Amino acid sequence: MAGAEPAAQTTAGTAPAIKTRGLTKRYGDFTAVDKLDLQVKHGEVFGLLGPNGAGKTTTILMLLGLSEPTSGSARVLDMDPARNPIAVKRRVGYLPDAVGFYGAMTGRQNLHYTARLNGIARKPADDHIDELLERVGLTNAANSKVETYSRGMKQRLGLADVMIKQPSIVILDEPTTAIDPAGVEDVLALIRELAHNGAAVLLASHLLHQVQQVCDEVGIFVAGKLVASGAMDKLSSQIGSGAVEIEVAAPPPADGIRDVAARINGVTSVEKDPRDPRMWVVRAKRDVRTDLARALVEAGHPPYHLRRRGDELDEIYRRYFADYSADSAEDAA
Amino acid sequence: MTGQSISIAATGASARGRKRKNIRSESGPPPTQAAKAQPTARAERPRDLPAGWRVIAAKEFADHISSIRFLVLTLVLTLAAAAAVYSAAGGLRALAPSASGANSLFLYLFFYQPEGSQLPTFVYFTALLGPVLGIAFGFDGVNGERAEGTLPRLVSQPIHRDDVVNGKFVAGLAAIAVIFIAIVAVVGAIGVLQLGILPGIEDVVRLVIWIGLAVVYVGLWLAVALLCSVVFRRAATSALVSIAAWLVLTLFANLLVGVVAGVISPVSDDRNLQQLIANESTKRNLSFISPSQLFTEATRATLDPSLQTFDVFSYIQLRADDRALPSTLSLDQSLLVVWPQLVGLIALTSGAFAVAYVSFMRQEVRA
Repeated sequence: MAGAEPAAQTTAGTAPAIKTRGLTKRYGDFTAVDKLDLQVKHGEVFGLLGPNGAGKTTTILMLLGLSEPTSGSARVLDMDPARNPIAVKRRVGYLPDAVGFYGAMTGRQNLHYTARLNGIARKPADDHIDELLERVGLTNAANSKVETYSRGMKQRLGLADVMIKQPSIVILDEPTTAIDPAGVEDVLALIRELAHNGAAVLLASHLLHQVQQVCDEVGIFVAGKLVASGAMDKLSSQIGSGAVEIEVAAPPPADGIRDVAARINGVTSVEKDPRDPRMWVVRAKRDVRTDLARALVEAGHPPYHLRRRGDELDEIYRRYFADYSADSAEDAA
Repeated sequence: MTGQSISIAATGASARGRKRKNIRSESGPPPTQAAKAQPTARAERPRDLPAGWRVIAAKEFADHISSIRFLVLTLVLTLAAAAAVYSAAGGLRALAPSASGANSLFLYLFFYQPEGSQLPTFVYFTALLGPVLGIAFGFDGVNGERAEGTLPRLVSQPIHRDDVVNGKFVAGLAAIAVIFIAIVAVVGAIGVLQLGILPGIEDVVRLVIWIGLAVVYVGLWLAVALLCSVVFRRAATSALVSIAAWLVLTLFANLLVGVVAGVISPVSDDRNLQQLIANESTKRNLSFISPSQLFTEATRATLDPSLQTFDVFSYIQLRADDRALPSTLSLDQSLLVVWPQLVGLIALTSGAFAVAYVSFMRQEVRA
């Protein structure tokens, strides 16, 4: 992606690649996207994470000028996609959910069609397409008809398709669905590479485990609302109480753990995990993992397991969902 | 081809013109850093992109002419045309000695039905079967893209949204034109061999105009099929509805016109002449809604220089007053006779396309 790099550098620092303010889309009484404030910087992977039907695709369509916002505004590369869709779509690569290709054409022909639509001359397109097919691992299938491709192959062809226009922004809608685990690794590596070369990547997905490792920032998107956003570590501190739960286990006899842990500053409670008798659950006001480990080693109980609960995006996500449904239940009551 | 390309320009251009103006007035300053990311595009010319509809039309046209439906339809229509012309040529040869002075004998191939012949004429076949061509190239235009999941990807490329439907319409018209040119060439060749007369320049011009007419007529059905492909999710539904519309308008149109005319200008039992005339003119006016009627009349006047009027009453008057015009009309005079039908056909086709266009533009990409 040598071409994308200078563009990103010239725009970096001046304005975020994507910025929305109060972006809202209503269909009759139904609010699909509700006052969304979003910001994606160049060279960053932003994960827009939420369940199906949260309004992710609607948001993307508004960013591409394919759907007009009911109110609020979106700026993409400092342009208004509703008024200047061609200029926006020229520099934004979009991989739709369940991407499709013309089955009667080969993978290569499909990519050539996209190149023509983007006004790329035949010769440079030829070379670039060869290179892209190689990068997504489809060189051998390039001249087979797409109707013989598997879902995963189509998905990879979709990534090549997105990169043809050498985009400054890449928007991917559920890029890892229908791909086998090894394929997912490849796709994520490609996404990393895109961001590394300066493109802004907006990644919409409901598969948290798969995408969390590549996201610099995430936004949790539920029922049209961005309920939390920020870097992964900051996100966990945004969660309700701010309490930290640590599970720890050491070889028996391990009953000393209770006293050792309770003496550490900030620990509020220590108890046995009712579901797993070998496990102790330490609750604290701050992350005491380092202190706890040192204290346990010094006290002669070197832990073989030490893990902070709720550290993974998945747990954060679940927690937000729980919070959200609790809130809406209260609203309803 | 002249008539055909004019009609394309007329239908496509008005819509695009509006769209272009719209976008230009709204667009801000061109993105300066924008095109640096594109080594193949220049930042100074943000509008160096090819017209999206052309790229789409080129691809769709290539799809059409390599498709099986193209092959099958061409074969079927060519066979029907060849049979019709072969029969017409036989009848004409018998007629030839007495008609040696008549010009444009060559054109009679296309609409002459020898007495006692069971085979309909070539133009009749075209009026009847032409719509199938239009339906075949349009019924899965938009819903096919949806089914394959290519529509979101297509409209997220730097093209206008209407480029999709415009490109598909133009590609369909082009495919239809190719088929008609091929068939007319085959038919003409058979005629030349059978009759031993070469067409004159005016004959060729008349034929070219007729091909344009046929493309506009079939283009109407292409537009109807495209509209169905926008409205209906499934290609099968879209095809069935288009075919139903074709059957109603082509086969039952005369019946319907008679019924409606009977309601508007009823004829009482005593065969009142005034009433009969009123009924007849209502029928005529109503029949202008039927595309196949318009096409048949336009065809007759274009191909048959001896046809001077469609209006039964003017014809009677011409005869009665003994003021009959010279026995054949020149090309421009023929065009004057056919003008209302021509305008009617173009209006119908443009109207149908406009409805398809608007319904596509109003539809959600994801819907």
